Amino acid sequence: MKAVYTWSAILAIVFASVVGDVLLARAMKQVGDVGALWRRAGPGIVIGRTLGNPNFLFGVTAMAVAFFSLLFALSWGDVSLVAPAAASLTFIGNAVAARIFLHEKVDRRRWIAASLVAAGVALLAG
Amino acid sequence: MLSHGMKQTGSISVHHLRGVIFAVLNPWVAVGILLLLAFFAAYMTALSWADLTYVLPATSLGYVLLALVARFLLHEHVSPLRWLGIVLITGGVGFVAGGPSLTEHHAALPHAEHTEDGNEPLAVATAKAPLLAEDTRNGAPQVRVTGKL
Repeated sequence: MKAVYTWSAILAIVFASVVGDVLLARAMKQVGDVGALWRRAGPGIVIGRTLGNPNFLFGVTAMAVAFFSLLFALSWGDVSLVAPAAASLTFIGNAVAARIFLHEKVDRRRWIAASLVAAGVALLAG
Repeated sequence: MLSHGMKQTGSISVHHLRGVIFAVLNPWVAVGILLLLAFFAAYMTALSWADLTYVLPATSLGYVLLALVARFLLHEHVSPLRWLGIVLITGGVGFVAGGPSLTEHHAALPHAEHTEDGNEPLAVATAKAPLLAEDTRNGAPQVRVTGKL
């Protein structure tokens, strides 16, 4: 039964961090090129626009949910399972979500990269 | 740094929330939090320039760096399986870095912004070259059918 709890929490981490990453990426695309904006309008505008973006706020909230799910997962399962499983599944989930929701062109090169990094992270974090 | 600082402050219980304030005042924890904020700012800036599927694998180089620091500065043992993990991540990042950093949507042309920095028109030109190749390969289905790619 504990395994079910652990895997549910892992899936919650993956889901929340994928949602968070997608929302943050969308927010920053809406804010625009930070370097150019910084030169044109100054750091105050950059920070203000970023913090005032609703997608950014929802993204940070989703990241917070992911963090607390991690704490739950760690209270049920071993860190040697939770950390690599959550990290590597997040990479794959992000590639899928970026393609669907951000309309990024996830070509063969990026799929291979995501899979290699996911496998590598699983080995390193385990 | 955070873990080092938190080990110095000792465990925090729900009943002693003042412990949290002491933890934040610990220089290790404070520097750790500042570095995390710096990471977040840099991550957000990178996301304003490039695709999520480009930035995310690139940030995973942090895992590699962590393992190398553990091996060469802290003299920890890094198992062969972990070395394999390092190789895989490095290969993956190399793979994604060779491609275009940003999906060109019709409205946005952010690559033009980088030329403002001057000095590196050649780098911009070479960065664009694979982009164009990539675009023709994936953008036009009829090419993919006739050309064996």
